[in-house]
Amino acid sequence: MRFSRVLRAGALVAATSLALAACGGGGDDEGGNGGGGGEGGSGDSLTIGIKFDQPGLGQQTPDGYEGFDVDVATYIAKEMGVSEDSIEWKETPSAERENMIDNGDVDFIVATYSITDERKERVSFAGPYYIAHQDLLVRQDDSAITGPDSLNGKKLCSVSGSTSAQRVKDEYAQQVDLLEYGGYSECLTALENGQVDAITTDDVILAGLAAANPGKFKVVGEGFSDENYGVGIPKGDAELQTQINDAITKMFEDGAWKAAIDKHLGPAGFEAPEPPEITETSAS
Amino acid sequence: MFDFLSEYDVLGAFWTNVQLTVYSAIGSLIWGTILAGMRVSPVPVMRAFSTAYINVFRNTPLTVLIVATSLGLNSTLGVTLGGEDFDQMGFRLAVLGFIVYTSTFVCESLRAGINTVPVGQAEAARALGLGFSQVLGIVVLPQAFRSVVAPLASVLIALTKNTTVAAAIGVDEAALLMDEMIEIESQALFLITLVIAFGFVVLTLPTGLLLGWVAKKVAVKR
Repeated sequence: MRFSRVLRAGALVAATSLALAACGGGGDDEGGNGGGGGEGGSGDSLTIGIKFDQPGLGQQTPDGYEGFDVDVATYIAKEMGVSEDSIEWKETPSAERENMIDNGDVDFIVATYSITDERKERVSFAGPYYIAHQDLLVRQDDSAITGPDSLNGKKLCSVSGSTSAQRVKDEYAQQVDLLEYGGYSECLTALENGQVDAITTDDVILAGLAAANPGKFKVVGEGFSDENYGVGIPKGDAELQTQINDAITKMFEDGAWKAAIDKHLGPAGFEAPEPPEITETSAS
Repeated sequence: MFDFLSEYDVLGAFWTNVQLTVYSAIGSLIWGTILAGMRVSPVPVMRAFSTAYINVFRNTPLTVLIVATSLGLNSTLGVTLGGEDFDQMGFRLAVLGFIVYTSTFVCESLRAGINTVPVGQAEAARALGLGFSQVLGIVVLPQAFRSVVAPLASVLIALTKNTTVAAAIGVDEAALLMDEMIEIESQALFLITLVIAFGFVVLTLPTGLLLGWVAKKVAVKR
């Protein structure tokens, strides 16, 4: 009996210290931001965070990585004096992006990363380099769905943990039947065999999916809501922010930006919009 | 510090986990017992079926099974299990997946329990003229259950935590809520993780303590 009491006390102490360590970790990170940030721009190689699983934006292929995000990242790196061969690509899943910037695992992130106030508490952004709109992807032969308002009574798919589907339900069509999967590939399967009528998320992601499956799906093109895609950088790194902003501005001006969109998303009938205005200028 | 929680239905999400656990536990206990009965039965076909079933489903990753119930059964074969929308269907399909998976562990625990019952008991029962189902149902299984309460408690705790896999097919439970909170409230990553982890400790710790006590109470003293 005494032994088990000792054990229990030990477990409690261990649990408490773990909890404290977790809290302490959060504090340390905030303090460390200023110091680690300066390294981002220097050196002859860069570690850039992208998505590995989004066709048309950031996708791993047998020959390397390709997509619009990858092109933007490569262009920025080139402007910073780093050649394509010296870039190390790293996968940055949505839930880990802030941590990976905090820990210095990546120098910056170009991965359909929307600029939001909550995220700015832990990281800073450069850009935006693209303004995406939430949209719908439907089967090629489907003409019944023309926008978010026509979704009542229809079945909609989205990836779990995203805000897109909830927005449709809250603001446009209350009677929509919502299915959530872990990834877009499951949603595509569901759309293809008729389990759902539409998939919703940002238009570029949908265009990428449509471009990877030619002739099967189409983007409705009635964009609603704005998502400002920014380049995620260490919090408060104003120098890196300026460098990236300059690179993005140059990319807008010399046509490389439009060319990248046409190349990766054009096959889905997606047309490049006007380049957005750079709004993230004072990293804090 | 925890003010962001007020916008989310954390308790509701955990309640879904509890419901998933309860339905799946009942289902797996029943199906697992039947499997165990088949596994020790004198009929070769039943034994072979049970062995094959266990080897297939125990060794399939749970995520694959759960996604297969949705993409395979529901999406491709049109099985709805009587659900009217994706919320209902997802819940029922997830329970089905958990039962299919967890029952293999229940069965194997139970088989170990059956082995603790001395052979003499079954022989004595047979000598009295009881058939196989009577020997199993009246003599062997009751004793077997009493000796495997503790291992079954572990299976139940594992099941409770496994219910988070239902997030893969969009069942609105704690892991899905965590995904959502991390996406929107990324500044509070550690707190979110802590809250969800704490929720599961609250669910599983009492289960373990209670069933540990029950296990001691009911164990057959030999």
